[in-house]
Amino acid sequence: MSTVAENTAVSAAPPKPLMARINWVKLAPWLYTIALFVLWELLVIVLQTSPTVLPAPSRVFQAVAQYWSPIWKNSLQTLYTTTLGFAIAVAAGLALGILVGWSKAIYAGLYPLMVGFNAIPKVALVPILVIWYGIGTIPAVLTAFLISFFPIVVNVATGLATIEPETEDVLRALGAKKLDILLKVGIPRSMPYFFGSLKVAITLAFVGSVVSETVASNYGLGNMMSSAQSQFNVPLVFAGLLALAVEGIAMYALMAWIERRMTGWAHRSSMSH
Amino acid sequence: MPHLVSIDNVDMRYGGAGGTLAVSGLSLKVGKGEFAAVVGPSGCGKSTLMKLVTGLHIPQSGVVVVAGKQVTQPVSIVGMAFQNPTMLPWRTTLDNILLPLEIVDKHRRRLRAHRREYVEKAEHLLETVGLKGFGSKFPWQLSGGMQQRANLCRALIHEPELLMLDEPFGALDAFTREELWCVIRDLHAAQGVTIILVTHDLREATFLADRIFVMSARPGRVLKEHVVPFARPRALDVMYEKGFNDMVQELHGEIASARVAA
Ligand SMILES: Nc1ncnc2c1ncn2[C@@H]1O[C@H](COP(=O)(O)OP(=O)(O)O)[C@@H](O)[C@H]1O
Ligand SMILES: [Mg+2]
Repeated sequence: MSTVAENTAVSAAPPKPLMARINWVKLAPWLYTIALFVLWELLVIVLQTSPTVLPAPSRVFQAVAQYWSPIWKNSLQTLYTTTLGFAIAVAAGLALGILVGWSKAIYAGLYPLMVGFNAIPKVALVPILVIWYGIGTIPAVLTAFLISFFPIVVNVATGLATIEPETEDVLRALGAKKLDILLKVGIPRSMPYFFGSLKVAITLAFVGSVVSETVASNYGLGNMMSSAQSQFNVPLVFAGLLALAVEGIAMYALMAWIERRMTGWAHRSSMSH
Repeated sequence: MPHLVSIDNVDMRYGGAGGTLAVSGLSLKVGKGEFAAVVGPSGCGKSTLMKLVTGLHIPQSGVVVVAGKQVTQPVSIVGMAFQNPTMLPWRTTLDNILLPLEIVDKHRRRLRAHRREYVEKAEHLLETVGLKGFGSKFPWQLSGGMQQRANLCRALIHEPELLMLDEPFGALDAFTREELWCVIRDLHAAQGVTIILVTHDLREATFLADRIFVMSARPGRVLKEHVVPFARPRALDVMYEKGFNDMVQELHGEIASARVAA
């Protein structure tokens, strides 16, 4: 027995073999991404697909380098319309969510309206926005806003509506007004729901802005891809998709980071159960 | 002895005319400084009684008088604690305990300028319940028993005249529960606060209370009132005395027949 214990103690001292020192969990996202691109490349080689149908990743990266300047400019434009629309959605969603969570009557009145509104495909609203504001930045911002604010409203309202009745009783018995309960309990309590909804909302905001740019703009990744498509420049279409994916992942990661920073308590307390 | 709480022939129905009649013809009186316990079958209206006394519900008929005033709105001279400790997870234990001071009118105006004094008071209370030094911890870092101790501190921080406890130890294991009985017993002795304890644990009621009210099945009313004869201060050993067990058995019989009658 004792020799076994000694052995393990000794073997712990020299550096571990390379494979054991690598943090596979940390590395996994990169490995899987690379694997995806390799598979894609192999598939294109084996099936000998034409670049106008499915370009190989190497061809797409080549397009990224070749069209770097338009891709960069249009990416910034899309990032701008998306984050602006998203920011408006955050402000409006938070305000409306608190309003809806504040009163049962407002909730009852607004809820069916919001569900109905949310059921409308937002792409159908773009022509209307174009009639009002012309093509370009404003419809893209507004589409991003319209598509992303619903999950924020619902989440904030849910956080407010699920306050434990006992907590409310304890405070009301002390003479707390409705506003006290909203400020002391309701709003802090709904913050994890709110920050959680940002991840969903930012992704949707990209959908909204790109849809709008595709049909009604002269700028942005959506527009760039639709004009590339009309010129059969399929590698550039894929380069645009790649740029969108990168922006989407970056913003999602940012939202996830903000969520962790702001509401760490919610992941440890009973609320997360 | 002047009565701090007096409930006189109260009916309380939930949800309009066709709703649940929770209590009917309920009458009881609790003297100042007294420790009262309310026992009864589940669903008989014990929690309703708590809400009537604190003014969270106003009865359809009958009167509730607390500290000489008829209750028509929440009365802020009470502290409450429930089975579920309801600590706010984003606040430290200390900040949770200070929460009532941010609500009660008398204190909220002074809190900012006299924060030190209040923090000292909270820390003193924490020490009294055996949680010295845990103020900076978050509630989810505490065990269930510790949370319930902190919950008692929160119920007491604004120096209420009346402490309402609704099955506060129901979720705890037997040893922790007995520890907390002693905490409550000592708080009652030291602070001179009037306590109404709702419980389904008959030993708990008998160990802690001066007076026990037995309620009928729903609609609840007081079936019987017992005066608990054991001298204070009581040690846990009192539970091994014959008189104690006789009393628990008697209460048990009364509740069993109240359930059958329903
Ligand atoms: N908010 C409410 N709305 C409708 N019925 C209620 C409400 N609260 C309690 N009741 C009903 O009133 C009765 C007494 O409830 P409660 O006072 O909570 O009983 P206990 O605390 O003794 O178990 C139960 O039948 C319960 O279903
Ligand atoms: Mg109850």
